[in-house]
Amino acid sequence: MSRISPKITEKIAKLFLWSAAIFTIGALIFVISFVLAGGLKHISWAFLTQPILDMGREGGILPAIVGTIFMVFVAIGIAAPLGVASAIYLAEYTREGKVTQAIRFGINCLAGVPSIIFGLFGFILFVVMLGFGWSILSGGLSLSAMILPTVIRTAEEALRAVPASYRDVAASLGATRWQVVTRSVLPYALPGILTGVILGIGRSIEETAVVIFTAGSAVQMPTSLFDSSRTMAVHFYILAREGISNDMAYATAAVLIITILVINVSAYTMMHRLTKGRRA
Amino acid sequence: MDRFISKLLFLAACSSTAILALIALFIFKEGLPIMAKTGIGHFILGKEWAPLSGQFGIYAFIIGSLWVTIGALIFGVPLGVSCAVFLAEFAPPKWVGVLKPAIELLAGIPSVVYGFLGVMWLAPIIREHLGGPGLSILAASIVLAIMILPTIVSVSIDAIQAVPKSYKEGSLALGATAWQSTWRVILPAAKSGILAGVILGMGRAVGETMAVIMISGNATTIPHSPLDSVRTLTANIAIEMGYAVGDHRQALFATGVVLFFFIMILNTVALKFARRKF
Repeated sequence: MSRISPKITEKIAKLFLWSAAIFTIGALIFVISFVLAGGLKHISWAFLTQPILDMGREGGILPAIVGTIFMVFVAIGIAAPLGVASAIYLAEYTREGKVTQAIRFGINCLAGVPSIIFGLFGFILFVVMLGFGWSILSGGLSLSAMILPTVIRTAEEALRAVPASYRDVAASLGATRWQVVTRSVLPYALPGILTGVILGIGRSIEETAVVIFTAGSAVQMPTSLFDSSRTMAVHFYILAREGISNDMAYATAAVLIITILVINVSAYTMMHRLTKGRRA
Repeated sequence: MDRFISKLLFLAACSSTAILALIALFIFKEGLPIMAKTGIGHFILGKEWAPLSGQFGIYAFIIGSLWVTIGALIFGVPLGVSCAVFLAEFAPPKWVGVLKPAIELLAGIPSVVYGFLGVMWLAPIIREHLGGPGLSILAASIVLAIMILPTIVSVSIDAIQAVPKSYKEGSLALGATAWQSTWRVILPAAKSGILAGVILGMGRAVGETMAVIMISGNATTIPHSPLDSVRTLTANIAIEMGYAVGDHRQALFATGVVLFFFIMILNTVALKFARRKF
């Protein structure tokens, strides 16, 4: 009867953990390089600046880029103020209790609602009942509901990271609570809040299920908020799913991935700078 | 003035809960009538989905969702928890700064891209080496496993780091090795937090739509093997929503009602576990 010595177990366990981590990072690198390898060679200035022709077989993706930007603007234009206001209430204006518990439960549950449900909701409320039709407005409103929890959570974390002395000093100078928040707390928490906003933008760009049922998939260049438009993600989905053009699909996916990379890296560096500044 | 602002902020804070209530209201309002008409038991346990002849049974899709979710957990949980243990306990600190955001980036990749990768790369491999149509439960499970990794990893890391330092120090002082301390002391203490991460990951897997549509094959029959094609609840809604009208559309909202129930139960359980302290 010999048991494996603890030292050997330790080695095996560490080996396993290392391989798990390497596998995970490998998956990330694989996904990104798979898309870039297939798509980068098809990206050109013309691809980014031309209209979608022949359902996507020819031309470029400019209307999808513009549609994405419009929809993100609507989504963030609503979710950012609402989310930051929620966070200010939770972090600065109230004590933990039954009410905040209920509010937090709502936020956590909303964060877990699948995107297809947001799609159904947006379709029935904005597209059908309010009569906005398949439009950038309907899509943006539905997206704003989806990204709200992300914005709230990050903003609250940023507000809670502000040292108490900032509030005490301002309050001791006779500032009202609102003055304390706007003049002293918010400026300090701004980078953290912006991180949440950027993450919300990222979530909106990568989303497909919500947008396809609320904004439709028109290929024309959108000229108003009431126009239907496809986002880059929807365009890519249709190209890939209906087998319209693999080259164009790869290229669109590559643009999408690069956008997401830039957004995530900038969110991360902003967060990083914040924590660094706090340590100093 | 200050009191007015306070009221305004309170209203903003309630918006998430209000939106959640609105979502429930609209999905239920659209979905419940057809459920009542078909009979809830018949709707949930009915094996026939034939919208044209008014047959609305979603049993096969419930089974489909269960299969791909369990599959995703089988691949994703060991991998995710191992990653979390590695990052929280064993990784060189310099690595953590790179690896953690990299894993979070996995969550940022659009689900349609995962689906595309599954179609172009994974499904052919499965078809050639294991047989079947390739677009299958197995393919969906593997892709979903990677998609839920970030959730499992980040929640588990938080849980492990929340274990008081003294636990580990005590164990090490008694002569246990680092791994023994992790396995016997830290993991049991972090168990409920890790479980919360796993359940949240499960919620993500159940709710994922676009990737699943692309790689699960969407057969409306009940699957018998991991290599079979399958359709999930989410896929059922998304595939037919584009052209459904009348009863058919209502039946899709009713599918949404069932999905909503699943997710709410998972969320509530996860929040319970997450709140549990030592």
